[in-house]
Amino acid sequence: MPETSIKSRPVYGTLAPQPGTRHILLADGDGAAAIVDLARAAPPEFFERAHIITAPAAGAMAVRAPLRALAPAVLDETDRLAAALSRLAEVLAGAGMGTRLYVAGTEGTIGQAMQVALDAGVELGAIATEHRGSRARRVQCAHCKTFIDEVTTQPVACSGCGLMLFVRDHYSRRLAAFQGVCVDAEEPGSAPTPEEVFT
Amino acid sequence: MTITFRRETFRDDYNFSNSAVGIRRFPFPFDRDHYMYAVNIEPHVKGHPGTIYESLIDVDEHYVAEMQDRALVLAEDPLRSQSLPHMELAGWDLLELLMEQLAAGYPAHFELRRSGKRWRWVNRPLGIDDTFVFGAASTLPYGPMEYITRQAQGDFCILDQRDGNLWMDAGMVTTQADWSLDFDLGMNFMEWHAPVPRAHEMGVFDRALKFMLNLGQGQPMRRFNWTMTVNPRLDTSPETYPKWGPDRRSVTADNVGDKVHLRVELQSFWRLPRSNAIVFPIRCYLIKLEELVTVPKWARRMHRVLRDLPPDLVDYKGLTRWRPIAVDYLAAFDDGAATSPGIWPD
Ligand code: HEM
Repeated sequence: MPETSIKSRPVYGTLAPQPGTRHILLADGDGAAAIVDLARAAPPEFFERAHIITAPAAGAMAVRAPLRALAPAVLDETDRLAAALSRLAEVLAGAGMGTRLYVAGTEGTIGQAMQVALDAGVELGAIATEHRGSRARRVQCAHCKTFIDEVTTQPVACSGCGLMLFVRDHYSRRLAAFQGVCVDAEEPGSAPTPEEVFT
Repeated sequence: MTITFRRETFRDDYNFSNSAVGIRRFPFPFDRDHYMYAVNIEPHVKGHPGTIYESLIDVDEHYVAEMQDRALVLAEDPLRSQSLPHMELAGWDLLELLMEQLAAGYPAHFELRRSGKRWRWVNRPLGIDDTFVFGAASTLPYGPMEYITRQAQGDFCILDQRDGNLWMDAGMVTTQADWSLDFDLGMNFMEWHAPVPRAHEMGVFDRALKFMLNLGQGQPMRRFNWTMTVNPRLDTSPETYPKWGPDRRSVTADNVGDKVHLRVELQSFWRLPRSNAIVFPIRCYLIKLEELVTVPKWARRMHRVLRDLPPDLVDYKGLTRWRPIAVDYLAAFDDGAATSPGIWPD
């Protein structure tokens, strides 16, 4: 049963400079361009108070160069999303009032960065997001609770228990994941062939 | 009032059933011959002896068996009981509410003695006699919410109120109609209701939330929700769906009266005094169709409601595969006569 967009499904905006004493920006390879676009509208002193953290594909020079050109106060270039997220957690732990967080990239990147930020006590309203790149989803299996990254198909096989999961639109910010529920529980073996839908 | 507790199961051999008295006191939820979502909220006040409203927290003949089933679920999956750190005070509020209600409603079975912060709690049906310090979690074998909800029928959600919304920040959920506490924990009212069809567009949730935010202390409210379940299984969770999903194909014209159950949730809302949180007990009652049709008014009405239920609600409630068989079965008990208003048997 396909679900059209529902109220637990996150909505993303467009990054724009906010008033604040400090700006933390996190982007994956797809999201880096959103920071470059934000820079066009930013006042000159914005990047003097900015800390940019980049993840995976942002390692490509084509992505790095424009971010370096923004001359942020700090630029953390990491090679894995996990590294970027733990860097974010450290930075947020020392961040004071008036800190703004900007996250851009795939849904998986945004969701996990928000999870780190909310755990660190950042208010939902102080986090700006912009979706760029693939619509691949991070899914949690309802049965064995395994998280499956970069899901592009409907249904998808759980990498933990092997069940074929229907990827719902029901989304948990706390878990940074969509819910995956066994698609052929009522008639085992009747799962449809996976199709690429989250691309 | 002394209750004789039935020995029965909600899994494996599924030997659950209702006594004749249990059938008469069943909370049939339909006050008319058709069903649609509505903000069906009324004050939760005591009602007649012999009804489920005799006490505001109802204990019935299934109490002991339900508590055993809950313990089995928790042993397999501890995440069915969760409480975010800021919710412990609300857990104490709930412990107090349930102990007071149980002791007042069923003095033969439950007893609460307080001297200052030192409380003694006696639960005879479950063989519990504990002394603890109110507010000191280390003096109980579990956190306060888990401790008391292992001793109370029905699921419990505790909602924190902030930013003009309610947040599902704690709960004990083992008798649910296919939703997951572990997944929904931390969501707000609109988010955890996201999968429900129609009701958002109808404005039901906007009005319901406003109502809940203004809930006053000492003025509990209630509403019914319902679905239907194949086999008397309390734990129809998303987590265990591969276990119970295949049952939906097992319904036949021969076994439908025994297999298919009307599942009614008496949901109540209570403002908690210290934490200002709201507790939302979701008390689940099951009745086999063959038990239900012994009340002629209910048989007629159940037939009409199920026959005319809109397709999106049929799908959402998970009735699609076997509904025609159940409608045929019920049709034999519907002579077309008019039904009286209200939920009570004639
Ligand atoms: C604040 C306490 C409440 C809690 C914790 C709660 C929780 C839930 C949950 C978890 C679901 C299942 C959603 C899913 O499919 O995943 C649900 C369904 C629903 N809720 Fe609530 N709810 C609350 C209050 C209300 C109120 C006040 C209304 C009043 C109209 C309401 C109306 C509904 C309806 C109509 C459904 C769909 C049920 C069905 O068709 O079977 N809820 N609720």
